Amino acid sequence: MGSADSEPRTAHHLAPTVARSVKVLVVGAFGVGKTTLIRAVSEIPMLSTEESITTASVGVDPRRDEKRTTTVAMDFGRVTVGSDTALYLFGTPGQRRFWDLWSGLADGAVGALVMVDTRDLAQSFEVLDQLEEHTRLPVAVVVNEFPDSPRHGLDEVRAALDLPEGTPVVSGDVRGRPQAVEALTTLVAHALDLRRAGNAAA
Amino acid sequence: MHTDGYRDHPVRSYVLTGGRAHPTRNTLRPETLLRAVDDGRELPGTAGRHEQALLRTCRGTLALAELAAYLHLPVSLVAVMVSDLVDGGYLAVLSTPVHDLPDTDLLEEVLDGLRGL
Repeated sequence: MGSADSEPRTAHHLAPTVARSVKVLVVGAFGVGKTTLIRAVSEIPMLSTEESITTASVGVDPRRDEKRTTTVAMDFGRVTVGSDTALYLFGTPGQRRFWDLWSGLADGAVGALVMVDTRDLAQSFEVLDQLEEHTRLPVAVVVNEFPDSPRHGLDEVRAALDLPEGTPVVSGDVRGRPQAVEALTTLVAHALDLRRAGNAAA
Repeated sequence: MHTDGYRDHPVRSYVLTGGRAHPTRNTLRPETLLRAVDDGRELPGTAGRHEQALLRTCRGTLALAELAAYLHLPVSLVAVMVSDLVDGGYLAVLSTPVHDLPDTDLLEEVLDGLRGL
């Protein structure tokens, strides 16, 4: 009980009743607010984990047989829903090559919550294309309302992004927990609708 | 972005896992829940300090990704150590992986849970 922990950070363990886990990917370009949303919802301080990629240099001076190792970080958080389920929120950039660094990251996910910044809609195209091409994940779009964002109607955003019919779009300042939770709720409700309709089954 | 604080070099990772790059089981996901088996058995003295730290950190339930974050090691490496510790009976996998989409029961529970936050 409250004994000193020899680990560098005290681990925030789940309640003993929790024996199921499920995840949502929070996807979007850098700076779009993924971390903000995760932090707003998470019951534990934000965690981060890194993987390294080694890139061999090609076509350079052969005397310098140089390999560069870079690390890529993924931020994530957690919230316990009900008495026995942990919901993990993994924040990832849109590129598929990034997800592949974490084995099984997209497998079995409830869906992808795609974050969009109306000041730069173009950067969301690649994210949405990648999801559509490489996964069968249910998608919901959340327009993060930055203080200086131009205010567009959600129908305008939907048209600009050429979203498939049925893809939910919500907007809000995701620094607030209610707005962040609302965005997640929208995604899970959409995933449930798809599941019930059988559209997402094998 | 600079991540100079990252201490584990690929060569070191390779040594830590006895030269293996892949875990003995492929059902481990970042969200897989784990907990140390509390049967009073001690790890053999040959176990490394990372294995010891892993079991200590996992005295309560944590997901694989959380374990990796607390240990400051990549998920891919921790998955290899976790596999060995599960095989040896020191660590238990609590959650079963969801394939494809989660079923409606699970989605309903998550939805109710979110609405209750």
